[in-house]
Amino acid sequence: MGIFEAILLTVITAATPLVLAAIGELVTERSGVLNLGVEGMMVMGAACAFIATQQTGSPYVGILAGIASGALFSLLFGFLTLTLVANQVATGLALTILGLGVSGMIGESYVGQSGIKLPQIVFPILSDIPFLGPLLFRQDLIFYLSIALVAGVHWFLFRSRAGLKLRSVGDSHSSAHALGINVIRTRYLAVMFGGACAGLAGAQLSLVYTPQWAENMSAGRGWIALALVVFASWRPWRIVAGGYLFGAVSISQLYAQAFGIGIPSQFLSALPYLATIVVLILISHNRRMTLINTPAALGKAFVPDR
Amino acid sequence: MRIELERRPDVSKLFSILSPFIALGLTLVFGGIMFMLLGKDPLSALYSFFIEPLTEVWSLHELAIKAAPLILIAVGLSVCYRSNNWNIGAEGQFIMGAIAGSILPVVFYEWQSPLVLPLMMLLGMMGGALFAAIPAFLKAHLNTNEILTSLMLVYVAQLFLDWLVRGAWRNPGGMNFPETRTFDATAILPEMIASGRAHWGFGFAILAAILIWFMMRYTLKGFEITVLGQSERAGRFAGFSSRKMIWFSMLLSGALAGLAGIAEVSGAIQQLRPVISPGYGFTAIIVAFLGRLNPLGIVVAGLVLALTYLGGEAVQVSLQISDKPIRVFQGLLLFFVLSCDTLIHYKIRMMWFDLTDTTADGVR
Repeated sequence: MGIFEAILLTVITAATPLVLAAIGELVTERSGVLNLGVEGMMVMGAACAFIATQQTGSPYVGILAGIASGALFSLLFGFLTLTLVANQVATGLALTILGLGVSGMIGESYVGQSGIKLPQIVFPILSDIPFLGPLLFRQDLIFYLSIALVAGVHWFLFRSRAGLKLRSVGDSHSSAHALGINVIRTRYLAVMFGGACAGLAGAQLSLVYTPQWAENMSAGRGWIALALVVFASWRPWRIVAGGYLFGAVSISQLYAQAFGIGIPSQFLSALPYLATIVVLILISHNRRMTLINTPAALGKAFVPDR
Repeated sequence: MRIELERRPDVSKLFSILSPFIALGLTLVFGGIMFMLLGKDPLSALYSFFIEPLTEVWSLHELAIKAAPLILIAVGLSVCYRSNNWNIGAEGQFIMGAIAGSILPVVFYEWQSPLVLPLMMLLGMMGGALFAAIPAFLKAHLNTNEILTSLMLVYVAQLFLDWLVRGAWRNPGGMNFPETRTFDATAILPEMIASGRAHWGFGFAILAAILIWFMMRYTLKGFEITVLGQSERAGRFAGFSSRKMIWFSMLLSGALAGLAGIAEVSGAIQQLRPVISPGYGFTAIIVAFLGRLNPLGIVVAGLVLALTYLGGEAVQVSLQISDKPIRVFQGLLLFFVLSCDTLIHYKIRMMWFDLTDTTADGVR
């Protein structure tokens, strides 16, 4: 395998958690809910996936634990913002703070343990294609899931009746309510889907990216995923493009550090965050474009009238 | 079971005051359960977490030291949040304030004069304000989401500080430790009273809280902040500019966070290190909400959250557990504060039996 392929492989590994967390948040935001707790759900997923894997010896149980913990954790957010109509921004922050705290506490005794890496699933024949084979068909389950989820979300949002309903809830909850759509239930499900995806993204971190547990191991990826949704202007396939772009940026800084070019490592480490800001500026300076794409009811609370 | 909300005709005065206390109570209950799950006696754990730090003079001083940055930052954030500007990067502004204020004692360490300290504080405020100016400019003029930009800049500030103390600003006589030279006596914020370590940062915090409280309550600016926060459209009709408000609130909160940063470094740490804050900038968000975005409430809330830091340190010693419960407590507290705020605007009715609602309507 050439060096180019090796680099691409690491880019894919770095991009997968971003894609996963962002595609989940995209669905949540399409339903009109802004959940800023992605970082918290992701780190919970990472911790629970690692712990479950260590306990059972099976990384597949770990994946399930990651998904379940993310979804359950997002229910807290859902209860506060949807049932108790609490402020979504503040509640999302609370979810992140709590997630970082709880994951640090439950994962404490697992720090430093070497984990079990999620095995590759090799597709026969396809994996022998030169260049593409090793990149696309000799990957782990979570990578395949990430691509399938993006395709599935695209189909769901734009080709299915339920997806149309979800988008209508996100654009005008009052109209959707008047049409008999259960706004609150739709949003609960969307929030939980976002949580499950963030949890899966976390599982990727502690089972594939670096198979171990370290406190705060999500290191801001949840926030980058939030920026990715804006970057993708709420369209699923653009998440993949954006995710791989960000993956490439974060990997390029690692390589630059390894080859010791004359830039201090801290500046290189800051690159993904700076790139996020630059991309946000490029995307959002056109006010009209942003207005067209943003779900119109994003961040607005809904109390059914009777 | 189903839960339904009914909007109150007026804001409930009773619950405006009660809700933070209910939230505190619930946090204590859940905290007790958490300690029980950790295999500790919940009552004695809660005692050493929340009461013991209050029983000694030196620990009261520590409380004031930890409360000072929390209150300073949260008071600034309250202006932001009331005007609907979501600055969540106070941690970064805190760090940049600390760096800017440290230019004098680290780079120009030979200059010793009574002017050093006031200039340091001024530079600290400027550093914080300038760093907050980035998301302010991006939001006001390029329409970029301030939540994400201000948060991303926190990582940038942390890395910048890390680079400084390991590189250009490393103490030449410090055996290669990643830290700057210790500040000269003229650059150290003096203690407030003779009985202990608490420095003037706490004084600044109280002063800032009173000034902002006065501004919010008695000045046109305060009215402008509230109106623009509740309805940008209404503010526009009144001739208020939401763009100017973005600048005003972000620069103000940045300056206060910067002041908190330099006061902490000059008063408590007395040098720069790779990590100078245990997440004050994020905890201050909790403080702002627990204080119901009211500067005077924030003073009390700041003391409460400072207590969680002290309590966390105390149980490490007395119960042999880690400092991790601190973050859990803080997160729980914010959750309960936010959910109890619902009581202020809504009546909550529990529908134990789901009777598809028709009977309930008939009774009403």
